[in-house]
Amino acid sequence: MSGVRVLVGTRKGAFILTSDGRRERWEVSGPHFAGWEIYHVKGSPADPDRLFASQSSSWSGQVIQRSDDGGVTWEPVGNRFSYDGAPGTHQWYDGTPHPWEFARVWHLEPSLDDPDTVYAGVEDAGLFRSTDGGRQWAELSALRCHDSGPSWQPGAGGMCLHTLLLDPTEPGRIFAAISAAGAFRSDDAGQTWRPVNRGLQSEGIPDPDAEVGHCVHRLAMHPARPNVLYMQKHWDVMRSDDAGESWHEVSGDLPTDFGFPIDVHAHEPDTVYVVPITSDAEHFPPEGKLRVYRSRIGGDEWEPLTRGLPQEHCYVNVLRDAMAVDSLDSCGVYFGTTGGQVYASADAGDNWAPIVRDLPPVLSVEVQTLS
Amino acid sequence: MIRVVLPAHLRALARINGEVELAVAGPVTQRSILDALESRYPMLRGTIRDHDGGRRRAFIRFFACELDLSHEQPDALLPAAVLTGAEPYLIVGAMAGG
Repeated sequence: MSGVRVLVGTRKGAFILTSDGRRERWEVSGPHFAGWEIYHVKGSPADPDRLFASQSSSWSGQVIQRSDDGGVTWEPVGNRFSYDGAPGTHQWYDGTPHPWEFARVWHLEPSLDDPDTVYAGVEDAGLFRSTDGGRQWAELSALRCHDSGPSWQPGAGGMCLHTLLLDPTEPGRIFAAISAAGAFRSDDAGQTWRPVNRGLQSEGIPDPDAEVGHCVHRLAMHPARPNVLYMQKHWDVMRSDDAGESWHEVSGDLPTDFGFPIDVHAHEPDTVYVVPITSDAEHFPPEGKLRVYRSRIGGDEWEPLTRGLPQEHCYVNVLRDAMAVDSLDSCGVYFGTTGGQVYASADAGDNWAPIVRDLPPVLSVEVQTLS
Repeated sequence: MIRVVLPAHLRALARINGEVELAVAGPVTQRSILDALESRYPMLRGTIRDHDGGRRRAFIRFFACELDLSHEQPDALLPAAVLTGAEPYLIVGAMAGG
């Protein structure tokens, strides 16, 4: 029987939540790597038993863990992330040059077809790849070495490469998003990159429609229609119909267009989910009501999804990597909060229930659909 | 034998229970102890000191015999009580929030 495995990264460890296809009763395992920050856990599409986890701490830096049995056992693999050559500088918060310095892996993106290949988006913003199951990492330095690199500036959370999308129909096409540089696209497997931010407007930078400098919070793509991209920016929900060549705003009737995650229904490329957050200063839902918003037409018109979610006194946040969808017939949607709840909906967002309520602050949520 | 005590989070990472006993060839220094430790437990590489250059991570401290050795030269000889195993070499996570 089909089932799902939800991979949850938190400030103090990883948790694995499993259920059958009904997604009503859950088994919870964890904390794995207790006490460490787990920025991201993700499984290989080519081998669902192979998982990668980014484990880090301010004391002891970065560790990458790998499991070959679906998260039952884990093995530390390679943790040497060295920038190519002399890394140079980017801009610091005060505008002064600051040396590029590795801090942590924010996001792990396994290859679509090779279980030994996995990409890592890191802070300070850079892209690494391993082709031996995570033992050795090499930088794909063309992104960091883009002409605009010295002008990149960190967002409040650090200068992180937090989103990686692999186009399933165009071999070699990769999208990356960096806070606060913007979105970038490679069409040659990371050998060259160009910014894809035309149409973005950001009031917080000197030139609101600059080629780079935008605080992109998250990108999302439906694998059946990869030329259509959705973006949650610092402010504004955006859409591109031409693989990032141009963007237009689809915030429409959202109560606020600030937020972090964005995701797409597994079977309906025009059904999109966001979690509006009050503002850049108030990182909690408007009016203390936790509402996921869903558009069935690819943006502009949004409906609040509230059934099963707290509608008073709720002041949590949902971080950029903390929403995911499964691909069962009735699409499941999942998200985790900074209050430690992981909510699931087995009916595309109509009804929600917490799987767990009291985890450490949730940093990331991924889902594997198991046959 | 040199006795080494690791912080709990690194014992968990390396699956170590209790102290580590190390045979260190040649002069017993902080560098030679860490070299021997990382050789036996490769998963500790990069978690106590940098891969490149061996610089101590900012929130890790080295103590022995009630002394803070964190700022000593890595090739300086350690106190005799560490060499004889009478006192352990302590690798400590600094009190730094968390």
